[in-house]
Amino acid sequence: MALSADRLNLSVPGKTLCRDLTLTVQPGECWGILGRNGSGKTTLLHALAGLSSPDSGAVSWAGRPLADYPRRELARRIGVLPQDEGHEFFGTVREYALLGRYPHSSGFALGAEDEEAALAALHQVGMAGLAGRALNTLSGGERQRVRIAMLLAQAPQLYCLDEPLQHLDLGHQAEALNLLRELAAKQGKAVLMVLHETLWAGRYCDRILLLYDGGKILAGPSAELMTLKNLEELYQCPLQKIDTATGGFFLPA
Amino acid sequence: MNSHLPWLAVVIALCSLLAGVALGSVDLPFATVLRALTGHEAGLTADIVWQLRLPRALAAFACGGLLALAGALLQALLRNPLADPYILGISGGSAVAALAAMLLGLAAAAVNLAALGGALGAVGLVFVLGFGRGGNMVRLLLTGVVLSAGFGALISLLLTLAPGGEVRGMLFWLMGDLSQAQAPGPAWAILLAALALAWWQAGSLDILGLGEIKAKSLGVAVRPLQFGIYFTASAATAAVVVEAGAIGFVGLIVPHFVRLLGVAGHRRLLPLAVLAGGSFLTLADTLARTVAAPQQLPVGVLTALLGVPLLLFLLTRKV
Repeated sequence: MALSADRLNLSVPGKTLCRDLTLTVQPGECWGILGRNGSGKTTLLHALAGLSSPDSGAVSWAGRPLADYPRRELARRIGVLPQDEGHEFFGTVREYALLGRYPHSSGFALGAEDEEAALAALHQVGMAGLAGRALNTLSGGERQRVRIAMLLAQAPQLYCLDEPLQHLDLGHQAEALNLLRELAAKQGKAVLMVLHETLWAGRYCDRILLLYDGGKILAGPSAELMTLKNLEELYQCPLQKIDTATGGFFLPA
Repeated sequence: MNSHLPWLAVVIALCSLLAGVALGSVDLPFATVLRALTGHEAGLTADIVWQLRLPRALAAFACGGLLALAGALLQALLRNPLADPYILGISGGSAVAALAAMLLGLAAAAVNLAALGGALGAVGLVFVLGFGRGGNMVRLLLTGVVLSAGFGALISLLLTLAPGGEVRGMLFWLMGDLSQAQAPGPAWAILLAALALAWWQAGSLDILGLGEIKAKSLGVAVRPLQFGIYFTASAATAAVVVEAGAIGFVGLIVPHFVRLLGVAGHRRLLPLAVLAGGSFLTLADTLARTVAAPQQLPVGVLTALLGVPLLLFLLTRKV
């Protein structure tokens, strides 16, 4: 049950974002995607999740091209946390998390099992106590945790997250990342996330994908790739590395 | 209160229909009306109840339900709380054709046919321009709004050209008027079909509110769903416009009214909006017939006069 991309090419008008990427994401792996603003991280994530089709190349899950899966079947395998666009939702936190069960329902009614899954997911992000509150009364960070809970309730095999730490304070950033790493380490899920925080990426992701301007990509174990030289080239900015007991920090020099 | 809402809505709906049958420009005692309804009365009273008031009340209810349903669907499709059944130009297209037919002095049946043709023409035009290559919901919305403005100009032109005697009829048509609505059958058929279709997709409608990307990732076939909502809402609106002209406000405020009562999911929102919209328009039409009897007021004036303060009150209480 792995995701594989074969000679993937992605572009937007006037710009190549990703050139000939061949990649396999195995169960138990936690990937971080790093790159500058506009380098194509979101476009790549969407292509890998089957939300958009690449210019050329193929993405497949368990050896079968994503395009061949019925939408709902794919949604039981690959879940996505898009960047927060902000939207009106008039219902409660519980009702919101419950929407994550849509791909598992017959399309009509949700059962007690779905209610349980949604509540368990809210527990995991520490939001079960506010399950009855109207979603639009929550703070930005609380809403982000509920959005993560919806993805947990969806219970896919591969979690694709676009800047999951948006709006979260330091403590909740660590909590969210612990949660995601445990999904990979203990439950054999695969996690793929776009991150800007190099500190977190180095500490929580065992694999890293560096997306350079112009479509060049480096992908591999983070211990090898998270070097001063690679990141200075990636962010086009002089950096300094501070070594600590829990890993290296990168700061603008 | 929330769990009793469906029952309350059904009771209110029945009461509104009963009021529509019991009240009118001719004073009939309530007991007589009930006897006529149960078939124990003959002659003029029975005719008034069965031939005039009941069909009109049923037509008003169906139109109100259709407008509320179309409004709720378009608000979900466009993800815009300002959306109403006419926002995509359907009433404008219909009005231009209907007014042109009136100006040409055509018979009522031909005017209705023109209204239908105009509505379908507007639906097709907005669909092609708004959904066409690379279309998105913002473009769809702007296309509808711009075409509505264009239709508005044509309507003004037709009103200017019309002889004085015609203008009154045209204004009634534009404000919405149920006095010509005597055959509620087709409107009810469309209402029930549209509600069933929309209700079946209620879960997907909830998901669509999360944005297209998230909806897709949760397994919703976004484009087919959008097409389906567009045509269902359009059919509902066209049915009303042809039956009763452009009755304003019901489609905008009724879905919000139901949401302000704490109903969020479409599985409950849609049927409740239909019941509330039907009741609202039936009561408004009953008032339109009786307030200045024997003079009939355009029902669109009453829906606005009643709806504006009601929604404003609810909004200030809620925020």
